[in-house]
Amino acid sequence: MSSKTSALRLQVESSLAARVASPFQYRGRPAVEAVPTGVPPVDLLTGGLPRGSLTEIYGPPCSGRTSLLISALASRTAAAEVCALVDARDAFDPRSAEAAGVKLEQLLWVRCRNVDQAIRSTDLLIQGGGFGLIALDLGDAPPNLVRYVPLQVWFRFRRAVEHTPTIFLVLEQESNAKTCASLVLGLHAQETQWLRTAGNAGESSAPHPPGHLLDGWEIHAETIRSHCARLECDVADSKGAFWLSGMWNWGGRGQR
Amino acid sequence: MAFASIFVPNFPLQAVVRSEPALRGRPLALIAGNPPLCSVIAVSEKTAHIGVGIGMTKTDAEQFAGLEIRPRSPAQEKTAHAVLLDVGWSVSPRMEDTAPDTIVLDLSGLESLFGSENDIGARLVERSSACGLAVNVAIASNIDTALIAARGFDGISVIPSGEESQYLGCLPVRALSPSDETSETLNRWGVATCADLTRLPVLDLSERLGQEGVRLHELARGALSRSLVIAEPVHSFEEEMELEDAVEELDPLSFLLGRLLDQLCARLAARSLGAAAIRVRCELQPSPEKAVDIRASVFSEKERPGLYEREMQLPVPARDSKMLLKLLRLRLQLNPPGAPIQKIALAAEAARPRAAQGGFFVPAFPDPEKLEITIARIAHVVGEGNVGSPSLMDTYRPDSFQMRRFSTPQEAVETTSRRSSARSAGKQRADSKALTSFRVFRPAVPAQLELRAGCPTRVAFQGLRGEVTAASGPWRTSGDWWREDPWQQDEWDLEIQFHASPEPHDRSAKASPKSGIYRFYYDSLRRGWFVRGAYD
Repeated sequence: MSSKTSALRLQVESSLAARVASPFQYRGRPAVEAVPTGVPPVDLLTGGLPRGSLTEIYGPPCSGRTSLLISALASRTAAAEVCALVDARDAFDPRSAEAAGVKLEQLLWVRCRNVDQAIRSTDLLIQGGGFGLIALDLGDAPPNLVRYVPLQVWFRFRRAVEHTPTIFLVLEQESNAKTCASLVLGLHAQETQWLRTAGNAGESSAPHPPGHLLDGWEIHAETIRSHCARLECDVADSKGAFWLSGMWNWGGRGQR
Repeated sequence: MAFASIFVPNFPLQAVVRSEPALRGRPLALIAGNPPLCSVIAVSEKTAHIGVGIGMTKTDAEQFAGLEIRPRSPAQEKTAHAVLLDVGWSVSPRMEDTAPDTIVLDLSGLESLFGSENDIGARLVERSSACGLAVNVAIASNIDTALIAARGFDGISVIPSGEESQYLGCLPVRALSPSDETSETLNRWGVATCADLTRLPVLDLSERLGQEGVRLHELARGALSRSLVIAEPVHSFEEEMELEDAVEELDPLSFLLGRLLDQLCARLAARSLGAAAIRVRCELQPSPEKAVDIRASVFSEKERPGLYEREMQLPVPARDSKMLLKLLRLRLQLNPPGAPIQKIALAAEAARPRAAQGGFFVPAFPDPEKLEITIARIAHVVGEGNVGSPSLMDTYRPDSFQMRRFSTPQEAVETTSRRSSARSAGKQRADSKALTSFRVFRPAVPAQLELRAGCPTRVAFQGLRGEVTAASGPWRTSGDWWREDPWQQDEWDLEIQFHASPEPHDRSAKASPKSGIYRFYYDSLRRGWFVRGAYD
């Protein structure tokens, strides 16, 4: 380093001394705290849901997105946090959510009719602050409409939750937030397993024997983008799978 | 034992000025009487200087340029009296409600709390001023001396025990409120001040003026003693305002509401209370055609014609007038009154403010006051019934729930102490499999199904067609047959393999799923198939 450069550096440092401690020192981003989703294979895959960041979960209908969201809500409400769900198409089912462990009294549910209402409500919630998790459910919204949401909206959301303990979760059919999302998780359903109840194993003329119960289905998850370096925990792989149990397990079908 | 008397000079005028602070410092005359014979009953200090006097007719008073003329308002006087009581109760629980413009407080034992008697007097003046009243305060060892001194001296007067006659000596005899006949007699005798009265022998005074003469003599000497008549504390906080011109727009209405809320919050603050609910009552201008206000009838069940009433419940007791104004404004935007407003009344349901202890390990919660504003704003976007906390109902009817008002759970902080147990429970759940969740189609989507041997084989809905690859059902549910809206349904969980979309390359078209598990039901009452939702 030449003497001129050193002198210049010294001059800049001395003039900025009152405001910036060390202007030429690179400051790494602080480690982001991640919380469990409640689905261990997904936690192993992603390291958990990062706080102060935008997380996207996308996939086609019936790909396990809602189950993952509900699991995350259950996990956060169990930790005595207050959560908000902005439901763009009014598709939330409180009964299955409660069965999955969500404490409904700690959940603020905003029932919207369109994407515009959902975006405006989300904006207000994020600005209000104080929520442990804010979920924007665009899962049933037509993808061509969600695509029209300007990128600056996602950027604004990301900046609004930055340096806050809020987890901002977006559910979609396609990934739209691009680089604004710290974690992007793609899901798709694989094999479905049906359970034949006892006493109905005999021959039947019907195409589908009566007494079947949905035992569960396998969901494949893939981490499309993850700022893993910022997460406190290690991530094993970019692909994984988890199993969703059928509703009869919590007294839905078979126990009525 | 010491007593403090608070007196509001020119009470009817101050009551009006309190509701219209812009009149403070301006020439103002108060009129009363039937319209053709209205006369001035009170004037401000500046008004007296320009020559307007009490008893002058309204027509004469109107000749003075720049003079503000207002009618006397019993409603404002009632509110001002309530404010005076609030100021008294904010200092002492033992208070006498002597007159609309006068109260007396027992100051026994308050020195350790508020300091010397001078400090207490200053505090009373300060609190009254914050509530919009300029008062005289007098502190003495007996009640009547304090009352006379408060009416006779401006500002704060502290009369030491034993020096009452000396202090009251300079006051005119009329400060003792003698009867007209006695007053005239004393005037004839040349007795003008209390000092003159105390110099007269009591016995002779008794012979000539009777018991009233003795009472006046004792009052002038500060020797009369009586006990305090304690007033029961009232927890009613109401402010109202009558408008000369009806208000139609929201902005001027917000301005007036803001003023009322400021006064209401000042009163609540004086009593160390907060508002748990705010009630708004507006008298509306009758429409000339007497047309039915459709909006009012739609939005309110108990709406009376010509009256607009709303109640705003708050999650925690609050007394921040700006926050309350924002909330009221949002509510009014959602359900505006159907006609111009002539009179506004605001009432607060008082409650003790919530005290919460924060902690390092307590999860962050939305600030209750901020949250209420956020919810009100969201309700403005999505509608009032579409934001809240879901609550399940005790019924088997599908998709039955109700929306409840959302508030930060009180027990959340306590729950934090049980976090460790929750964590362990979470770990236990984490070992098990995650549960499938359900997405509801609201309203249910009509569908067409092909059946073979009573079992669905093909489905079509929302432009999608597919083959049933697995099915579970029928699960029959029914209920509420005794009501007008019974239900009777056969539910099926169907795994469907959809046919390929005819235009797969069209990105703008709705993406069609390849397969999925949906819940269908046959509605026996409507005789049709519907899709309730999807497992996702």
